[in-house]
Amino acid sequence: MSAIFLAEFETPERLLAATREVREAGHEPLDAFTPFPVADLEGAFPPTRSHLRIAMLVVGLTVAAAFYFMQWWSAVYDYPLNLGGRPLNSWPVFLLAPFEVGVLAAAIAGVIAFCRACALPRLHHPLFEVPGFERATVDRFFLLARRAPSGDDRFDLRHLLESKGALVVSEVRQT
Amino acid sequence: MTIALNSTPAARSRWIAAAPLSNRGITEMIAGPVFRGAGKRWWIAVLLTLPFVLWTLVALIWLLTQGIGAWGVNTTIVWGFAIANYVWWIAIGSGGTLISSILVLTRQNWRTSVNRFAESMTLFAVAISGIFPIIHLGRPAYFYWMAPYPNTMSIWPQWRSALVWDFWAILSYLIFSIVFLYVGLLPDLATMRDRATRRSAQVLYGVFALGWRGSVRHWRLYKRLHVTLAAIAVPLVTSVHSIVGLDFAASLMPGWQESIFPPYFVIGALFSGFAMVLLLTALVRWGLQLEAIITIAHFDAMAKIILTGSILMTYSYATEWFLAWYGGEHADRSLIAFMFTGHYAALYWALLFCNCLLPQALWFPAIRRNVPALFAIVLLILVGMWLERILIIWNTLSHDYMPTLWRVFRTTFWDWSFLFGPLGVFAFCFLLFIRLVPAVSIYETRRLAYEEGLE
Repeated sequence: MSAIFLAEFETPERLLAATREVREAGHEPLDAFTPFPVADLEGAFPPTRSHLRIAMLVVGLTVAAAFYFMQWWSAVYDYPLNLGGRPLNSWPVFLLAPFEVGVLAAAIAGVIAFCRACALPRLHHPLFEVPGFERATVDRFFLLARRAPSGDDRFDLRHLLESKGALVVSEVRQT
Repeated sequence: MTIALNSTPAARSRWIAAAPLSNRGITEMIAGPVFRGAGKRWWIAVLLTLPFVLWTLVALIWLLTQGIGAWGVNTTIVWGFAIANYVWWIAIGSGGTLISSILVLTRQNWRTSVNRFAESMTLFAVAISGIFPIIHLGRPAYFYWMAPYPNTMSIWPQWRSALVWDFWAILSYLIFSIVFLYVGLLPDLATMRDRATRRSAQVLYGVFALGWRGSVRHWRLYKRLHVTLAAIAVPLVTSVHSIVGLDFAASLMPGWQESIFPPYFVIGALFSGFAMVLLLTALVRWGLQLEAIITIAHFDAMAKIILTGSILMTYSYATEWFLAWYGGEHADRSLIAFMFTGHYAALYWALLFCNCLLPQALWFPAIRRNVPALFAIVLLILVGMWLERILIIWNTLSHDYMPTLWRVFRTTFWDWSFLFGPLGVFAFCFLLFIRLVPAVSIYETRRLAYEEGLE
């Protein structure tokens, strides 16, 4: 059975060193929790694939195109107004509103795509039950790691984490 | 628990004037004022702004019941304070977004202390500005006719109308600025949730924090989202404010029909936006005792941008004068003469003093690093920018092609009510905001302190 441990560190450097050590010892670092984005830490975890920006682009362009279509259809077919012989399809000014609305749609799509990719909103998470985990948003750096299935005692994950300077190591059932 | 963080001259960082500064210390310093009692300064400020909120409500009710004849507008000067206030407020909003997004994109580390004010300032300024185009309508009850909705009259909005562009610009921009502010707040809301001791506060912040845990994956996607939003905010704001410029430039009036108007309005927005941010920074720094993270270097950096804005504004004014002369159109030349010597000349000279001459004092480092002097300068810049907007309207409408129609604007009590009332509403909203959420981005300050090696 593979156990999952949550270790609390005082500084990002210790968290980073522990993450690398845990991986080298054959265990699996699952996730880390930090009060601010630590650039080096991101390299220690596999890259995140997400279509955030593509989703924003596609939704933004689609909404802008739909908005332009609405203007064109209403001004040319449904409710044409001849104003001093101006072209019914006054495309230069018809670009203004679709641009604004398209950018807004892209922003909203971005937030929705972000929430989906992060599995948020999830107001309660099993990790919130771990005493002290609330400091992950204040001043502590946490590593979540799974013990290697081999279970070799010399590379025991709990001891490894403690030897790398973890203040507290708690076993977590399932996340 | 309170941790006193006094600014120490020996601090090694330019942008953080306290050392050592722990992550807990930063959190306490910024989140502390929200959980502690409001304090005397805050209550005094609220009591000062409350009468303005009531005054605005009374003015709105009066205007909606009496009609726009309550203002000084007449058959020649059909736009008055309402449109000038609209442009002034939305410019402050646009300035806020431009500041925050440009500083994110150019990786200016010092932004951490100012971008939260800038974004919240945007939200309230845009919300206030959105009221004016509605109330300036002869029949404000029908403002929703600008939206395309299925109706029994089988009609559509007039898409070629500047009013309809404004409707979509303000609506999109207002919602966008809420989204942008909220995304910036997300990690701090989680901090607030975890710091809160009362159940009600935990639930409230918890719901808005969406269950944020600061995982590596979350941070990675978060940064991607935040930077992308900042990147699309720049063209959005530029286009919104260009539309405001087009409201004038798309007409056929002398002094308005100028192709420089859209970029000139965008520069004006940046200029007045930075002035307002500097004003609020000085007030919040004093009110919440944030001297440790808002340093003199921040004021210095903002003052340099204001100086640049002033030079560009002066260039835009000079372009207007030059093109009126070079174009040779009689109405344009006559209008410029009217600006310098006509009925509103004193105001025009005051405008040039506030926007062009006075900011030149910022060439001197001693003045850029003197907060009271900066405060006075930016206050006058904000006055100057309001004068600019009202004069664009008054001068052109008072002095257009037809001399038989030349009239001047006589202000009424209700004109002034709509100028001063909303200032109090803005301050009131801002005061409530800083009681509910941290006034400075906590997570970005932590990152800055870490990167500057101050832990």
